[in-house]
Amino acid sequence: MNHELVNPVPIKHKFFTPGVIVLFVIAINGLVFLMGRFFFGLGAVTNLNNEYPWGLWIGVDVAAGVALAAGGFTTAALGHVMHREEYHTIVRPALLTAMLGYTFVAIGVFVDIGRWYCIWHPLIMWNGNSALFEVGICVVIYMTVLYIEFLPVVTERFIGKVNLPGLLSGLNKLVDKILRLLDHGLSKTMFVFIIAGVVLSTLHQSSLGTLMVIAGPKMHPLWQTPVLPLLFLLSAVSVGFPMVIFESLIVSRSLKLKPEMHILSRLGSMIAPLLGIYLAFKIGDMFIRETFVYLSEFTTASVMFSIEIVLGVIIPLRMFLSPKVLKAPPLLFTASALVVFGVLLNRINNFIVAYTPPYSTESYFPSIGEISVTVGFIAILVLAYRFLVMNFPVISMPGKQTAQPTKYTIRGVEK
Amino acid sequence: MSGKSRREFLKKSITAGAIATGLSSSTLKAGPLNILSPDRMGVLVDTTVCVGCRNCEWACKDAHNLHAGNLDSYEDRKILETKRRPDHTALTVVNEYPRGKYSNLPIDVKVQCMHCDHPACVSACIVGAFSKQENGSVIWDTDMCIGCRYCMAACPFQIPAFEYDKALDPLIMKCDFCFDRTKEGNLPACVNICPVEALTYGPRTELIKVARKRIKRNPDRYIDHVFGELEVGGTSWMYLASKDFKELDFPDLGKNPAPGVSESIQHGIFAYFVPPVSLYVLLGGIMWITKRRKELGTEEKI
Repeated sequence: MNHELVNPVPIKHKFFTPGVIVLFVIAINGLVFLMGRFFFGLGAVTNLNNEYPWGLWIGVDVAAGVALAAGGFTTAALGHVMHREEYHTIVRPALLTAMLGYTFVAIGVFVDIGRWYCIWHPLIMWNGNSALFEVGICVVIYMTVLYIEFLPVVTERFIGKVNLPGLLSGLNKLVDKILRLLDHGLSKTMFVFIIAGVVLSTLHQSSLGTLMVIAGPKMHPLWQTPVLPLLFLLSAVSVGFPMVIFESLIVSRSLKLKPEMHILSRLGSMIAPLLGIYLAFKIGDMFIRETFVYLSEFTTASVMFSIEIVLGVIIPLRMFLSPKVLKAPPLLFTASALVVFGVLLNRINNFIVAYTPPYSTESYFPSIGEISVTVGFIAILVLAYRFLVMNFPVISMPGKQTAQPTKYTIRGVEK
Repeated sequence: MSGKSRREFLKKSITAGAIATGLSSSTLKAGPLNILSPDRMGVLVDTTVCVGCRNCEWACKDAHNLHAGNLDSYEDRKILETKRRPDHTALTVVNEYPRGKYSNLPIDVKVQCMHCDHPACVSACIVGAFSKQENGSVIWDTDMCIGCRYCMAACPFQIPAFEYDKALDPLIMKCDFCFDRTKEGNLPACVNICPVEALTYGPRTELIKVARKRIKRNPDRYIDHVFGELEVGGTSWMYLASKDFKELDFPDLGKNPAPGVSESIQHGIFAYFVPPVSLYVLLGGIMWITKRRKELGTEEKI
């Protein structure tokens, strides 16, 4: 058996670069507006009103956030459930992205809901009919699962290296023992969490699509369809690998590492069929409901729909079919970025563009405050990712082969 | 299956599923109260009778401890020149439209929550704070509300409003059909004050008969349509008018209950928790088989 020998290590690199400082500025700007939201209410910072109850924060921070974190469960399914060990190097970075992504989805919900101090209510107040309830519960459980899946990275980092400062140093041995116990327990049970993660993801990725079904005629017919849950699930599955590639190439460039092209190319070759299935359902749905008639008129809806389909699905689909694209990092990056853009736009379209209330006096466009907070959160997410990969064994150094057979043994299933 | 036994059934299946998936079932509740009593009450609004005095607006605010001001100030008809929507300061508003076929007077339309028979808000609410009560009122428990505003996105009539300008304790606001007043045998405040009896409060089934009778007796006065009788599966508040409801800014909605499709999808995905559990088993199987194959492959090579 040809085991890919990989070795995830904390990446040594300077933390502060001009780009990082720019990210800090964007993050702080977002936090300032966020303070406004908590001190003066949602109305002071957002353009939300009784006509448009949901805006950028739900459309991008929550809906797109969940979709773009799909790399976590798609790579887990590929690497662990299907035991394709050659892909293990990308599982940890994808897991970290998913973990951070869902954390920011939760934070996004927290800042958007008016009564944020009641955020725990759905845990004990259940409504089985509500799609939002299902999404909420699944996201909470899945986030917990992601943290559990990430724990081995933490134990690996600290076992044998626990070094608490000052008085606490007396506890070093105890903490080390706890970590070892934890690691042992996790290695026996991890497969339970890995499968749970995949199941939970398919559930809430689709339920996220069910959310807007109840809005009925308020939603433009180009998007409003009873198969929305399926379209959401298929698009989430097809954006998983492109997001991993997109990120991996950015990280390699930013941290001056050699891009893992041998893996990314192979991963890229799987994207076209997934995108194809999504496109088939999307077009099929359009023809069954005969909504293509709306494309003949020139409206915001028809333009946004066309961009979403052509730029976000059809062009990258064609690109991923070409072996040349799969081998060239810039082309592979472009194709992946287009899919990411397409799904981001799809979520924006579903939650914002398609939504037209019956009594609307003006249309909604996000305020400076809303945009600042959203962009600020993305900046913080990137900074957190950078910090974590520099301090925890997440990214594998190509070429450096050590005794460790897989970076992320399917603990429990592997002997 | 009757509504109640279906709920029981659902409750049981969810409980069974929860035990199967290792969740605690102690706090489990299938969903909010959603009663469709045959004796539920309603209001028939006759827009051909309404004179747009806006006394109902005043009475509503007065009954709900909102800033109502002086009743005389409501005589100012200038405000009727703009179309208004209910919000957190006024749970009902009256809008005015050009005259219809039978009279020279403008048409006035009172707007408030329709109190649907199959309310989208009750279905949508993440914490099940909304409920459809036995007397037809669709009300909500403010203490449960998390302020997610999904009820607003779901409502086909665009009714629930939110206090966007409050940093702490913002509330969802809408007409509660004067639940506290009707509970004690009083009329809803707006019905009580209406000087021309444009509003009739009574059992919904009776109101439909009354409406039909009025249309039959005065075919010149009314169009043959009781808005709310069938719309989105029926509403507690129903309207009569002298011209097409679309011209009076009523939304053009089908006869299917608003939460229908979404609930059947939701219950399809979670039918007895079978689909998620089978997916779990299936993935577990694939995991085991691929691992086994890998091990066998390794042995063979050795």
